[in-house]
Amino acid sequence: MAGVRFDHVSKIFGKVVATNDVSLEVDDGEFIILLGPSGCGKTTLLRCLAGLEKVDAGRIFIGGRNVTELPPGRRRIAMVFQSYAVFPHMTLYDNIAFGLKMQKESKATIKERVESVAALVHIEDLLDRYPAQISGGQRQRVALARAIATKADVLLMDEPLSNLDALLRMEMRAELKALFRELGTTTIYVTHDQVEALSMGDRIAVMKHGVIAQVDTPLAVYDYPSDTYVGGFVGTPPMNFLVASVEGNGAGQLARLSGGTLRLDGSAELVGRDLFLGIRAESIAVETAPGDNLIRAAVVVVEPLGSHNLLTVRAGEDMLKVAADSHFFPNPGADVWLRLAPGKIRWLDRETGQAIAATPEAALV
Amino acid sequence: MSLRAPWIGRTLLYLLAFAMALWVIVPVYFIAIGAFSTPDDLYKYPRELWPHHVSTGALSFFLHSTGTIAALERSVMVAAITLAFSLAVGVPAGYALARFAFRGSDAFRLTIVSTRAFPIMILAIPLSVTFIRWGIDDSLVGVAIAHTALALPFAVLTTSSVFAGISDELEEAAMTLGCSRAEAVLRVILPLALPGLAAAAIFVFIISWNDVFAASVLTLRHRTLPAQVLTASGEAPLPYRVAGGFFLLAPSLVVIFFIRKYLFNMWGRVVK
Amino acid sequence: MTAVAEQAAAVPRLRRRWEGLPYWLILPTLGYLAVFFAWPMVQSFRLAFQDIGGNWSFDSVERMYHDADFKKALYFTLLLVLVIVPLQFVLAFVMALIVNARLRGGGLILFIFIIPFAVSDLAAGLVWQQIFTDAGYLNTILQHLGVIDQPKIWIDPRHGNWLLGEVVLAEMWRSTAFVMIILVAGLQGIPKEFGEAAEVFGAGFLQRIRTVILPMLKPALQVALLLRIIFAFEVFASVTAITGRAKTTLAGEALRWQGDLLDPHVAAAYSLLILVLSLVAALTVVRTLRTPKEKMLR
Repeated sequence: MAGVRFDHVSKIFGKVVATNDVSLEVDDGEFIILLGPSGCGKTTLLRCLAGLEKVDAGRIFIGGRNVTELPPGRRRIAMVFQSYAVFPHMTLYDNIAFGLKMQKESKATIKERVESVAALVHIEDLLDRYPAQISGGQRQRVALARAIATKADVLLMDEPLSNLDALLRMEMRAELKALFRELGTTTIYVTHDQVEALSMGDRIAVMKHGVIAQVDTPLAVYDYPSDTYVGGFVGTPPMNFLVASVEGNGAGQLARLSGGTLRLDGSAELVGRDLFLGIRAESIAVETAPGDNLIRAAVVVVEPLGSHNLLTVRAGEDMLKVAADSHFFPNPGADVWLRLAPGKIRWLDRETGQAIAATPEAALV
Repeated sequence: MSLRAPWIGRTLLYLLAFAMALWVIVPVYFIAIGAFSTPDDLYKYPRELWPHHVSTGALSFFLHSTGTIAALERSVMVAAITLAFSLAVGVPAGYALARFAFRGSDAFRLTIVSTRAFPIMILAIPLSVTFIRWGIDDSLVGVAIAHTALALPFAVLTTSSVFAGISDELEEAAMTLGCSRAEAVLRVILPLALPGLAAAAIFVFIISWNDVFAASVLTLRHRTLPAQVLTASGEAPLPYRVAGGFFLLAPSLVVIFFIRKYLFNMWGRVVK
Repeated sequence: MTAVAEQAAAVPRLRRRWEGLPYWLILPTLGYLAVFFAWPMVQSFRLAFQDIGGNWSFDSVERMYHDADFKKALYFTLLLVLVIVPLQFVLAFVMALIVNARLRGGGLILFIFIIPFAVSDLAAGLVWQQIFTDAGYLNTILQHLGVIDQPKIWIDPRHGNWLLGEVVLAEMWRSTAFVMIILVAGLQGIPKEFGEAAEVFGAGFLQRIRTVILPMLKPALQVALLLRIIFAFEVFASVTAITGRAKTTLAGEALRWQGDLLDPHVAAAYSLLILVLSLVAALTVVRTLRTPKEKMLR
């Protein structure tokens, strides 16, 4: 049980900077997710923590110990690999017992630990089978059991669910979350699936091109993305970003969008800058008649999703995704009017993509 | 890619395949029945085309000819030593090629492959001179040294492809569970690599077993089997040549059966 | 790419750890080959350009050149290479296509086809000598078929062309498997979608071979040609086994000078000649096979 600290960690492969001066503190017992597309550096960071890659700059601490120069076997970590890496020539029992054998535990301790861990992941009846005789989902559990059995300080997970089919993945998410809650071990979990990230982690670190774009609780990352990248990556569908500029209008302001104009109040700092207006699909209400402070848009595509319909609409030059009632089926090309929920509007600098922290909510009049 | 040949083409293909298979197998058949007959039968004309009198007469004639058993023993010894040398030196290199993308790995691979481009004569002749100076001329070790130089590229490339076929995450998993890299290789990778390494070993053995030139150049009185048979084949009586031919051939048949899977895998990227 | 370069420049205090392990692992191999391969090669040069007394001279080379058997060996070796290699490539290609066509019983066919791969040239020579010898299998078959009524002398020193043909047969029987294996490996690397696309667009069987398979097989063909030509120049034991002393090759002469005549210098000269000839031949052929596009990239 220990916290983890990355201190200005950099790793370079040839000409590619995989992780660029990354610093991150993970609390003892925290479940943190490293999220991002392939190539963003999340797996590299994990492997540096594991000791499978040697860092080119920076230091790594586990539980206050500087482990930067230590080989993987001495860092008191446990890892679940994307391909599970279950040893094909050993029984499940021997697989799970492997780490304990390396720690030179007694046979009795090993037996007791293996059986209890196997019960935790529901494979206690399969212990004398070989990996080739069980399913992929079961092999994943073996990898899990093997990692948990060693009672390591930190658990590392490298996309453990990505090789499972969609249904199994969903079930395993809930199971894993409950399991980790029970174990209470510090866990670093790498994934490219933002649904997994949102649903499972205590905090999410969204990574891009070797740096951490934002690290915060799932809700904060979802509601207050730090830039267009995070807003576009997290959430289904991605956050809408409308090209906007704000000008003074007497006591208040006017937001000029490609598809219309909105009256604002209280966002004087936004005047004169090139901006993006960020808003999520579910924060946009659809009206069928023009009205005050609404944006006019033309329907392009209607995707029924069961619980609601996802409309793709064009407002001027911007394409937006909008959530609508599941019984609302406008014709393509039909006009709709969009009401943007005032508390859900986010402003971002158009040039840098960064969120403007000053006024997260500009009230709509 | 599989060719979808037209119907008539397919029958033609079967006929062609059959004819070619016959072409390969019939000479083997002939030497086999010849070897398994009595010396007298071999002197008959026309030759027996069917195994009427199966006997080990010719084989025993060959084995009891002067020098055969000794040469046979030497061939086995040399092949065994070559095996030990080649694997001891080559397996680590194969592992390095498979697991590490290090600078110069391509150049190293190219160097290894290019040694096959040099005729064995260019190696064997100077070695025979050198060995005299070192006092190991006409010795088994000397021949084994030459054979290892020949077989090393195969050993390195085959073991490299064997290791490449085993996921490196297995080693990494073992290392995160407390092993050093060496322990991880020993406990996890080698057991899985065993079939492939066995194939590599057989490959090396047969390379050594089959060599005629280097053995002929490097030995005088302590000849290996091929060198012995070559020297003797000029004046040797018929049963000697027939049985000798079969004896030299037979291990190849067995070997090919065991290593056929690996024959195609070792060419790797070179042919794609 | 500039963004990455910027990043690379911006990362502070880089410690490039020299991961030394792989270099230690390949050291034994490099060392071994340096001592027991590279150095003997250098020695070959030295031996060839020294005379019996150990002084630098062209004496040995001249001795090789003026030897009575030199021209015969050179001629026969070249002839063998020129005849065997093209023929066996056609044969190997057909065999590879057959293997790749996945016929019923294909596993057995494949196994039979590759049997000769592990056969030494001496064994092959002995086998085919028994076929062609006076009281051998060929005459036996012909006799049974009634084509002849007494043994015909096939291994006849007076008919050099027949001897050539016999050695060609033996060598083709033995060494075609090697080429076939490389070609099969290459064929397996060609995704079948290419052939299928060609078929959909109307290409017939032979057209597909010409326009899809052969071009994509080029790397494998080049490798196979390079290696096979070099090996072909080393032929000798099958020649001895079949023809006795009637015909000789460069390699056979090298052995004779080294073993019987105890002159390693001339033997080394022969080795060098083999090296030069085989490399020149192999590289010429491979270069000719280069496509115009590859030539442009040089």
